[in-house]
Amino acid sequence: MEAKVKYLLHLADNPLILGQRIAEWCGHGPVLEQDIALTNTSLDLIGQARLLFQYISSLPGQSTNEDKLAMTRYENEYLNLLLTEQPNKNFGHTIVRQFLYDTFNLLQYQALAEHTDEKLSGIAVKTLKEIKYHYRYSSEWVIRLGDGTEKSHAYIQDAFNELWRYTGEFFAMASYEKELKEEGYSIDSSLLEPEWKNRVLAITTKAGISIPANEVMLLGGKEGKHTEHMGYILTELQYMQRTYPEMNW
Amino acid sequence: MEKNQVHIIRKKIAGLLHDVPDPEIPIISIVDLGMVIDIRPENGHWRIDLAPTYSGCPAIDVIPLLVKASLHEAGFGDAHIEMEISPPWSTDWISDLGNQKLLDYGIAPPNGKAADQEYEGKPRNCPQCGSTDTELISNYGGTPCKASYKCLTCLEPFEYFKCF
Repeated sequence: MEAKVKYLLHLADNPLILGQRIAEWCGHGPVLEQDIALTNTSLDLIGQARLLFQYISSLPGQSTNEDKLAMTRYENEYLNLLLTEQPNKNFGHTIVRQFLYDTFNLLQYQALAEHTDEKLSGIAVKTLKEIKYHYRYSSEWVIRLGDGTEKSHAYIQDAFNELWRYTGEFFAMASYEKELKEEGYSIDSSLLEPEWKNRVLAITTKAGISIPANEVMLLGGKEGKHTEHMGYILTELQYMQRTYPEMNW
Repeated sequence: MEKNQVHIIRKKIAGLLHDVPDPEIPIISIVDLGMVIDIRPENGHWRIDLAPTYSGCPAIDVIPLLVKASLHEAGFGDAHIEMEISPPWSTDWISDLGNQKLLDYGIAPPNGKAADQEYEGKPRNCPQCGSTDTELISNYGGTPCKASYKCLTCLEPFEYFKCF
């Protein structure tokens, strides 16, 4: 598959899988307002994924559509970050996963907003407006819970300890990213790391959270090698299209 | 098509679109919401460019269908509808009439211009009693475009259409 298509699929699969994950909170949020907040975030993310899938489908030589791309590929064809497929566990855990992703995503989309591919930069400019809100929401909650009760602090600290190992993948370039970087199509995500870390530390310091040191980073999602959680999420995501192929609403 | 003719038909289509409501907030039309960007003849049919509001708004698939149905009834069955995301829709595009309709409906309209502030701003006053003494409940509401507030004077909850 062409590197450009892979890169765009990677960009689309992140919000698709994370959006599907957060949607699991629908009806289960700790309080109504947060249930709504998470569900709204999920909607934004799935909307962002749709824009990218629609763009991919419109590229020359692509005989596919957004539904097929989102719901009928095999697990090893999904190129999302491992972080996005990790289970929700508890509200604090979900918030930390969101915060780590949002902080990266904000920087990534700021870079994509300047992209020479006008279609891609158009999508980035549009969705950046929404990503800013996600970032504000998750960073406020990391502070509130981290600096909250003994119990909420413990939940947030546990989540950082557990999820930190997935953050190295943000900055490790996949094969298709390296290939495209030379053409100037892919952004150099490794350059975003210092700013990402500054932003994360600014929030964790306020929250009284410590960052794990010398963690071995887990990679592979961007190349289609996923954690055990991915199969379960795809089973649910793909159920209708697998049972009734090419069904439409 | 003659220039004069184009002008007349464009006005007619714009009039039809004025009657297409936003499915989530039916009091306001898609024109007053600022979603209709362009109406023009193209390759022998009419083309309408619409700006989606939020990427994931559930109304995003319904609105083109409503537009198509309304145009079909008026004899523009071959009209072509495109969703145009660039430049992105902003609450700054909502008309004065649209903002007034929101207020009458009980939704506090966006206060100020989105371009002038980093986030959504705060409601000017309670749409029920007009008090300026209001408090944020949540940055999110029943639809992506709204935040939840309560009035500390009349104690009623209300929604604020966020600057975006």
